[in-house]
Amino acid sequence: MTLKRNRAFAVVGAASVLALAACSSPGGGGGDAQDVPGVTEDKIVIGTHQPLTGPAAAGFSSISAATSAYFDYINDNGGINGREIEFIVKDDGYNPANTQTVVRDLVLQEEVFAILGGLGTPTHSAVIDFLNENEVPDLFVSGGSPMWDQPEKYPWTFGYNSEYIAEAAILAHYAQTEMPDGTYCMFGQDDDFGDDFEKGALEILGADGLAASERYSVANQDVTAQISALKAANCDVVFLASINGFTALAVGTAAQLGFFPQWMATSAGGDYGTLEKDYLQENAPLLLENFISTFYLSLETNQDDPWIEHFQMVQDEYNGGGEIGGNDIFGMNMAYMFAEALAAAGDNPTRESIVEAIESGAVKGSGLVPLGYSPEDHTGNTGVQLSQVKSGVQAYFGAPYVYENGEVTEYTGGQVPFENGIPGSN
Amino acid sequence: MSSRTTLIVGLVGLVAVIGLTFVLDPYRNYQLATIAAYLCVVAGLTMLTGVNGQLSLGHAALAACGAYCYAFTANGLAEQEVTGPVLLILPILAAVAGAAVLGLIVGLAAARLHGPYLAGVTLALVLALPAITSRFSDVFNGDQGLYISVERRPEFLAGRGGTEMFQAWVAIACAALVVILLRNLMKGNFGRQMRAVRDNEVAAAIAGVNVARTKVIAFTVSSAAAGAGGAVLAFMTQSASPGAFSLVFSLFLLMAAVIGGIGTLYGALWGSILLVVLPDAIGSLTKSLSLSPEVAQRLDGNLAVGLFGAIMVLVVIVAPLGIQGLLRKGRLKMQSRGTPQSVPVPK
Amino acid sequence: MELERFLFLTVDGLARGAVLAVFALSLVLIWRAARIINFSQGAIAMAATYLAFVVTSATGNYWLGLVAALLGGAAIGFVVERGVMRYVSSVNPLNSVIAALGVLLVIQAIIGMLFGNGYHPMQVPFSQSPLPWLAGLSISAYDLFVFACVGFVVIGLAVLFGKTNVGLRMRAAAFSPELARLLGVRSNRMITLGWMLASALSALAALLVVPTELGLNPHSTDAVFVYAFTIAVVGGLDSAPGAVVGGLVVGVLLSWVSGYLGATLSPVAVLVLLLAVLLIKPGGIFSVTKERTA
Repeated sequence: MTLKRNRAFAVVGAASVLALAACSSPGGGGGDAQDVPGVTEDKIVIGTHQPLTGPAAAGFSSISAATSAYFDYINDNGGINGREIEFIVKDDGYNPANTQTVVRDLVLQEEVFAILGGLGTPTHSAVIDFLNENEVPDLFVSGGSPMWDQPEKYPWTFGYNSEYIAEAAILAHYAQTEMPDGTYCMFGQDDDFGDDFEKGALEILGADGLAASERYSVANQDVTAQISALKAANCDVVFLASINGFTALAVGTAAQLGFFPQWMATSAGGDYGTLEKDYLQENAPLLLENFISTFYLSLETNQDDPWIEHFQMVQDEYNGGGEIGGNDIFGMNMAYMFAEALAAAGDNPTRESIVEAIESGAVKGSGLVPLGYSPEDHTGNTGVQLSQVKSGVQAYFGAPYVYENGEVTEYTGGQVPFENGIPGSN
Repeated sequence: MSSRTTLIVGLVGLVAVIGLTFVLDPYRNYQLATIAAYLCVVAGLTMLTGVNGQLSLGHAALAACGAYCYAFTANGLAEQEVTGPVLLILPILAAVAGAAVLGLIVGLAAARLHGPYLAGVTLALVLALPAITSRFSDVFNGDQGLYISVERRPEFLAGRGGTEMFQAWVAIACAALVVILLRNLMKGNFGRQMRAVRDNEVAAAIAGVNVARTKVIAFTVSSAAAGAGGAVLAFMTQSASPGAFSLVFSLFLLMAAVIGGIGTLYGALWGSILLVVLPDAIGSLTKSLSLSPEVAQRLDGNLAVGLFGAIMVLVVIVAPLGIQGLLRKGRLKMQSRGTPQSVPVPK
Repeated sequence: MELERFLFLTVDGLARGAVLAVFALSLVLIWRAARIINFSQGAIAMAATYLAFVVTSATGNYWLGLVAALLGGAAIGFVVERGVMRYVSSVNPLNSVIAALGVLLVIQAIIGMLFGNGYHPMQVPFSQSPLPWLAGLSISAYDLFVFACVGFVVIGLAVLFGKTNVGLRMRAAAFSPELARLLGVRSNRMITLGWMLASALSALAALLVVPTELGLNPHSTDAVFVYAFTIAVVGGLDSAPGAVVGGLVVGVLLSWVSGYLGATLSPVAVLVLLLAVLLIKPGGIFSVTKERTA
């Protein structure tokens, strides 16, 4: 009787596991249906991991919607080399553990051609080895870590953002020029983001250039202690190596404490539109007066910019309308750059051919500073321009700067001119 | 049930599962490995809570301890250019030991606590974990976590899906060892002592059971099992980060134990399978319904959690012995059919 | 400068502690009424806060939102007690904990499905900047509002339980349900009433504390529950004054830890405090009962 029962259990157990096997999609173990994963005659499938939920979400969740919208625009106009682009967006909640799961899902289950714009330094660093081992093009990672620029170690990975070190150096350079005797401090994320920024800042300011350096953890939203420490240090300038949510928290908490330094934020957390709409709302113009930030793409406040006109058109027709914001521009530019790369990859794109296309410099983007792509360099935007908020309007001033080999130099080449919204078409 | 029969059944099952890894595609193998990893932790938890009556909401933190110990050991070995079976096995042992030590410490404190108080303390433990990794971020690398150099798949597995197969084998091997160890503990003298303590501490003490010692040992062994699970997860994902061992995860582990059948190892198996399969199934369901991306995004994750929670409540009220309990009842009913004296033997 | 910082941290701690004390009071209420620790209290409070958010967004009036939170909290408490907890066998205390955790997961999931997992910033009715005429103490108008609410609650509860008939019946039902029933008290109804009151209280606490953080989201009250649980334990689960004093003490302690040792260490401090109290003085600092039986 008991033997029977145990056999029965073993059978039931095996059966349930076999049921799991039955859910397996074809293409395991044996030969593949198509030669290049994610590519067919008329479609190409790519994927991304984004923080659609969680503490980082409010500041970044609109990026992928904008990228999708731009791909809709391209698909409506014939696609690239006759192929439509399908863009699968998966949520990882800014949690590296979830990133592991969703990226494996995208690569092993959905069999995407490439990963585009994976967002976040802590999240993407969890999957960069997996992607390179599986030889999946890991394009235009949304984060400023120098980790994405290592062609020997990660040949399939390409950066996109300006690097944290570059932004730190450029901001520090500006601070030193404008306030040579000031007290400089920083408030940063307690991971590579904050570490890299600090490194870049100290390179320019010297080993003891920062009077105070406070860190925050995304898991803990009470930053009163850190901000009051900065206040106690009498900082004139506070560099913010923070994501949008924590930029808002820092500025808001400081105001409550009666502390009003010169804020200087990076592009990862310095978009006035996002800070106003998602966090500070009607307090934004007051709290963010004179707020300095950096960016490398067109600013939505510049209505004469042909790129803005073009992106606004796409926004109106494919992304639900409304005023275009920094995240929308970020996302659309990413889609545009991917389209450039895909167009240059040839009529029968392979994973190798798209990597070669990018390394050959075929991708220009729409930004204010040059892109660094070459066989020895996988850096995206090589610098930034500074912007300041006056009466609720964020606008660029001065000139764009690039950062190379520890040097900050002005860039005079001008923005990439707008010709056609769809690369490769005539 | 003779132990020889169990051994045969166990071996057959093990061979069957290993054979399965050759048939499944890489993603399913990854899921199978995940089930095995969860099984290690849930088995320990179900023994602690179901057999010994100590409710722990902090097993995620114990698994995390295992994962970080694995990370430090593996990275240390890799730096010394050690490869091969040592790089594979030593970190796992370190993880089990580390988690056991933490479990011993917590268990010593826990032995004096009852019911909801222990639950509250373990809850505080799991919330303290990300605080510790943040505070000492030079060591733990904060929210980003540690990258782990692991032993690669052996040469004969080169090719598509080889890594996932290797991961599944390692995971299954660990789970098998954990299950065997726990089963022996639960079936023997110690199992009786654990149950006696659960049912009535005073009576157990009178009967000569060393209550405190029993509770501490149970907690320590349970933590060691959790550490093994954490080690396997660290091995598979090549990372140890606080986000992977959150409060939600801890609650999911408890849920798996309860819904599967609290106090039974088969229950731990059903629960672990459910933990991996249900969110996946719901994800496929929402995808096939072609909802707007916003709605789909809201359902994603939340539907699984809500369903789990609702089932957990139902189980506690209606079927306190979970899936395994229902299966047992079904079998007893089948057995008793046609037999005049069909009184089920009380357990 | 040092004294100023110390004063600021202390006042900040008192304000936060006051709010946590209210939450702890709700746990004490349910403990005294039904002898269980309600692990879903945080989720109930969070759901009520969402209700306030919806009402305030729709009407533009904070006070309507506050009323909605109180009523909504009581309603959700009613549903949870009558619909779920009533049916859980009390033979094994673990059952009620597990059931409550299940309720917590369900509530978080429902809120997540209705509102998304994003963060919704919430407005406060009074300014959070320090008042100029209390210079040096760094108290804001909002802090004063919080203190006023808490004071009102404490006095209200004292009056309710000490002076009213209902309060007397609730205390009787909690102390000895069978005896009370014999004397004509409807014990079951009193338990439900206790749940409703407790849930309204916790809703108030959540509504006071959530706007000071990044935003309202389904996990806003996870940490708050653990802190409140710690306070209830520290103060003695049977003691309402214990919860209040415990709240202020724990609030200030956490603020000092956060300010001087680093904000990230707060959960660790809570864990250490909890362990210390449970091991050294299991009855809590203010408890009267000798044995802690769960």
